[in-house]
Amino acid sequence: MPSGLWVFIEQQKGQIRKVSLELLSEGRKVADELNLELGAVVLGEGVSELAKEAISYGADIVYVADNSDLANYTTGAYTSVLNKLIREKEPQIFLLGNTAIGKDLAPRLAQRLGVGLASDCTAMETHPENLLVFTRPVYAGKALNKVSSQVRPILATIRPNTFPLAQPDPGREGKVENVDGAIDPADLKAIVKDIVLAASERPELTEANIIVSGGRGMKGPEHFAMLEELADVLGAAVGASRAAVDSGWREHEFQVGQTGKTVSPTLYIACGISVAIQHLAGMGSSKVIVAINKDPEANIFNVADYGIVGDVFDVVPILTEEFKKVVSE
Amino acid sequence: MNIVVCIKQTFDTEAKIALDSQGKIDSQGVNLIINPYDEFAIEEGIRLKEQLGGEVTVVSLGGERAQEAIRTALAMGADKGILVSDPSLEEVDEWVAAEVLAKAVEGISYDLLLAGRIAIDDGSAQVAVRLAEKLGVPSVSSVLKIEADGEKITAVREIDGGTETLEIPLPAMVTAQKGLNEPRYPSVAGIMKAKRKPLNVVSLADLGLNAGDLSPKMVVDSTALPEARKGGRKLEGEPDQVAKELVQLLRDEAKVI
Ligand SMILES: Cc1cc2nc3c(=O)[nH]c(=O)nc-3n(C[C@H](O)[C@H](O)[C@H](O)COP(=O)(O)OP(=O)(O)OC[C@H]3O[C@@H](n4cnc5c(N)ncnc54)[C@H](O)[C@@H]3O)c2cc1C
Ligand SMILES: Nc1ncnc2c1ncn2[C@@H]1O[C@H](COP(=O)(O)O)[C@@H](O)[C@H]1O
Repeated sequence: MPSGLWVFIEQQKGQIRKVSLELLSEGRKVADELNLELGAVVLGEGVSELAKEAISYGADIVYVADNSDLANYTTGAYTSVLNKLIREKEPQIFLLGNTAIGKDLAPRLAQRLGVGLASDCTAMETHPENLLVFTRPVYAGKALNKVSSQVRPILATIRPNTFPLAQPDPGREGKVENVDGAIDPADLKAIVKDIVLAASERPELTEANIIVSGGRGMKGPEHFAMLEELADVLGAAVGASRAAVDSGWREHEFQVGQTGKTVSPTLYIACGISVAIQHLAGMGSSKVIVAINKDPEANIFNVADYGIVGDVFDVVPILTEEFKKVVSE
Repeated sequence: MNIVVCIKQTFDTEAKIALDSQGKIDSQGVNLIINPYDEFAIEEGIRLKEQLGGEVTVVSLGGERAQEAIRTALAMGADKGILVSDPSLEEVDEWVAAEVLAKAVEGISYDLLLAGRIAIDDGSAQVAVRLAEKLGVPSVSSVLKIEADGEKITAVREIDGGTETLEIPLPAMVTAQKGLNEPRYPSVAGIMKAKRKPLNVVSLADLGLNAGDLSPKMVVDSTALPEARKGGRKLEGEPDQVAKELVQLLRDEAKVI
């Protein structure tokens, strides 16, 4: 079988990120179509266990570099190992999630390999000559480019929540190959001093299936408790518009939009958000949008699949109770 | 400390996008701005200069009009500008942009490179990191805070679900995330002074490059406008009734819960 389609397995706190599993799930289908082997690459320390999970999601072979210098992600160390591995094994395609790590690693690796990179893709299709053609939103989603690579390997980062997760098969068999994790000393310049992860039990904004988001209509930081309660019933993340962030009600890391996060959840519930063009830029690729807004003329109703015309303070608590009933069923 | 800031001129965030007769994005009549993330980079460069001395040079690759963006940066307080502008560069992918910018930057003495986290037009978040690789310097992406001395920087960067603090030796590249600072507005005096600050417009030939050697690695096959989202069902009535109705629709019709 010709050398393969590879997926970068990103892990956080010893868990494979959801987007990496999404890429394996879709990668399996594409690899079959193109008659390629599906490879997964795991970098880290004490990560060998993750190989099994990658295989259960469809990987034929898992390359594992286990090394204390890879324990924390650093651009240099990860690039060093991947560059060597890719040059040696010559995969045709290498896919990464468009996460904080993916966004930092992929361009560095692409430049070192002297190849192109399609970033933040929201679709891909197979093509007779170009192998894969990617769709990527540009101008904040106001246009869509189809792009293809003139050189190999083809590198792309894919937006989380783009592809559905496959059903894992724990009995599936695959190969595991331990690879040389030696790092060029020139690539060990950065020292990680500290990592602070929010203690929140809620899913990360960009990978959440459901997002409950609040805007200026929430009137103050204390009222976000109402949205958190709704979010917790649904296992959702809580987002915000820039108006809410600029007012100091929420941290910037929760801002959705052109100068915040780009999200693609299955369900986006916008509470007291008018949906300015810059907000839409960050959530326009959500599958279903729900709006709760007291102004029947608000722009959000022009993009929402379902809208409630009403006061968030009346509607949200009742909605939370209604969702509770359904979720507990 | 000498600082180079990479800035890109982009469409205004309000800009309506239309395609021209060739099916490409039409820039006619569009209001152009400095990429918002690059404004944070300019501001940070000026602050570090004010603190530690040195010079801030702004570098851009773009059309003739990008001079306006550079003048604005000079009016904010940057010292010099370089615009690489060449009509023979037709399609520019991130690889091409990094190769060209690297040549422009090589001629400048720098301790720190600053850029935006992402350009809001192509939305690729690549050029700054590629440039760092091409120049052989380390980089930190999506930075919220920088502390610099002559030899190293300590940077706090955004990661998924939190932040990370890194120490890296200089020279290095840092890309700016919102939150790094509040960019200043150019003062009237600043605008006057900017007119006399050096702004060099250079061609590929001036940099010793040849457009023929710079064919993109990634090509745009086609551009389309997405189908606009349409408003769906609007529910009006008593809160408990519409809430019930919505939950039922999300479960039975949309099937998302
Ligand atoms: C360069 C640039 C970048 C930007 N980037 C972003 C970005 O990344 N993200 C972003 O969100 N914005 C961004 N913006 C800002 C954007 O233009 C809007 O100003 C902002 O999104 C408005 O937020 P909002 O919808 O919460 O507030 P508003 O527009 O004020 O809307 C509030 C809504 O709440 C409704 N409301 C009020 N009270 C109630 C109530 N009790 N019950 C129900 N509804 C109620 C109102 O009817 C109104 O529709 C950017 C702007 C610029 C210029
Ligand atoms: N043409 C350009 N000229 C100067 N800087 C650029 C150019 N393109 C990108 N950059 C820099 O690289 C950052 C990321 O851009 P991008 O990779 O296009 O998203 C931008 O915020 C700029 O700082």
